[in-house]
Amino acid sequence: MVTRPGKVVIVGGSSAGLATAEALRRQGYEGRLTLLDAERHLPYDRPPLSKQVLTGAWEPSRTQLRSQEHLASLEAEFIRAEPAVMCDAVERAVTTATGRVVRGDALVIATGLRPRILPDQEELAGVHVMRTLDDALALRSDLAAGRRLVVVGEGVLGAEIAASARGMGVEVTLAGFGSVLLGSQVGGRVGGFLTRLHTERGTDLRLGVAVEALTGSGGRVCGVRLASGEVLRADTVVVAIGARPATEWLEGSGLALGDGVECDAYCRAAPGVYAVGDTASWHHEGLDRRLRLENRTNATEQAQAVAANLLGAERPYTPTPYFWTDQHDAKLQVHGLPTPAAETHIAEGDPAQGRFVAVYRENGEVTGVLGWNMPKQARLLRQKHLVGPRNGQPTTTVRSAP
Amino acid sequence: MKITVDEEKCCGAGQCVLIAPEVFDQRDEDGIVVVLEPEPPHDQHALTREAAAVCPASAIQVHDTP
Ligand SMILES: Cc1cc2nc3c(=O)[nH]c(=O)nc-3n(C[C@H](O)[C@H](O)[C@H](O)COP(=O)(O)OP(=O)(O)OC[C@H]3O[C@@H](n4cnc5c(N)ncnc54)[C@H](O)[C@@H]3O)c2cc1C
Ligand code: SF4
Repeated sequence: MVTRPGKVVIVGGSSAGLATAEALRRQGYEGRLTLLDAERHLPYDRPPLSKQVLTGAWEPSRTQLRSQEHLASLEAEFIRAEPAVMCDAVERAVTTATGRVVRGDALVIATGLRPRILPDQEELAGVHVMRTLDDALALRSDLAAGRRLVVVGEGVLGAEIAASARGMGVEVTLAGFGSVLLGSQVGGRVGGFLTRLHTERGTDLRLGVAVEALTGSGGRVCGVRLASGEVLRADTVVVAIGARPATEWLEGSGLALGDGVECDAYCRAAPGVYAVGDTASWHHEGLDRRLRLENRTNATEQAQAVAANLLGAERPYTPTPYFWTDQHDAKLQVHGLPTPAAETHIAEGDPAQGRFVAVYRENGEVTGVLGWNMPKQARLLRQKHLVGPRNGQPTTTVRSAP
Repeated sequence: MKITVDEEKCCGAGQCVLIAPEVFDQRDEDGIVVVLEPEPPHDQHALTREAAAVCPASAIQVHDTP
């Protein structure tokens, strides 16, 4: 018989943390609940930041995850604008920057990621990262003032920012180490299609080249120097070279920190301590490997599993990974793990028409399904191909309930 | 229970259809959510709530009706 915790403390109250709180209540948890977050804003959603918020299509308030009334209905204590700075995993006690100590019978870690930066980045004005609402608004206001943007990084975030900025009429150059856009996420073939799309829309690409340094003048950035010797002139720079789990506050906590908070198959890092979302790495039993996902769907799906396990379900978390990205008029849906080494086959539609579904196979086994402006068809092919023990169910809390 | 969706927020993930296929579907042309059962029957309530919770775009609103 599992005893239910009397008080749950969630550190990080954004997509994953808030979804965990909601799932706990929905699954019948009636105990005390505290959500602690470093942010001053009410919980908001991040995917629109590099898209609708950056372009100005949405007011920032449209990104708010839940209404005030809904948040109040959770009957939780919300502590905002107060980062956790220390943790004791055995005592399940968290100390905040103001010296407050919050203790729980169970602790949920949901602190997400912190962007990686380049040397000297913090000394120069005009250099941005893209993680928070304030980041997006600061970049937006710089883009309104300056003409030339250099994006560093050819991954999802860099490509989305480049597309949004082009849509605003900004001159954009994107520099990245990979030979195509999103190569490590979608492979060479689809990455090639994306590279062509961005070129057609007027983004100047410098691919397959390392960025060496930022150059500045009078405290403000004025260029980006590449390993090839070329210096890209810039009024504004965005650095989108990945992020690392925000776990510095967990140093000395007694928890295993590798690539994020290391958890078992149940998303448990230690007795009574769980991790969820971008910052959690766990053992995916179906794939039989450690995985850490940085996507929006994982934040909510993993939250369902963490809440269920907190309440005694002992349910391994075995999702089919999924993310989407919007760039210019291409909406991509990516199911599974389409590794760069996989062979791609166009199963439906036609790349020349700007609508297709690609199926990725490695050693004869389907590892991923990607839709390009064909979301429904991609989902149907996912249901056909990505089944079996290696790919879990989307969620199972309801079905496993008595 | 009544369901409303915000089509502009929906990103076409299809998570809702995977969880509650009797309540949700997607448009063929752009994958945007289609509500098959705006007032789902009792036996679909739990799945519908789960679908709303998992939707990565927070596009599904569940309204409790007496
Ligand atoms: C610009 C952008 C665009 C994206 N677009 C997409 C997309 O199109 N599709 C997709 O699938 N995914 C996308 N993602 C990824 C998705 O947003 C993340 O996977 C998701 O936000 C992860 O949720 P999380 O709750 O784990 O982390 P976060 O959303 O980062 O939340 C972590 C929270 O913890 C708080 N925190 C951090 N440190 C502390 C501390 N020490 N003490 C207290 N609180 C702390 C933070 O303030 C934050 O509120 C995007 C991400 C970004 C940044
Ligand atoms: S899960 Fe949400 S985003 Fe995905 S299709 Fe359904 S409503 Fe749209």
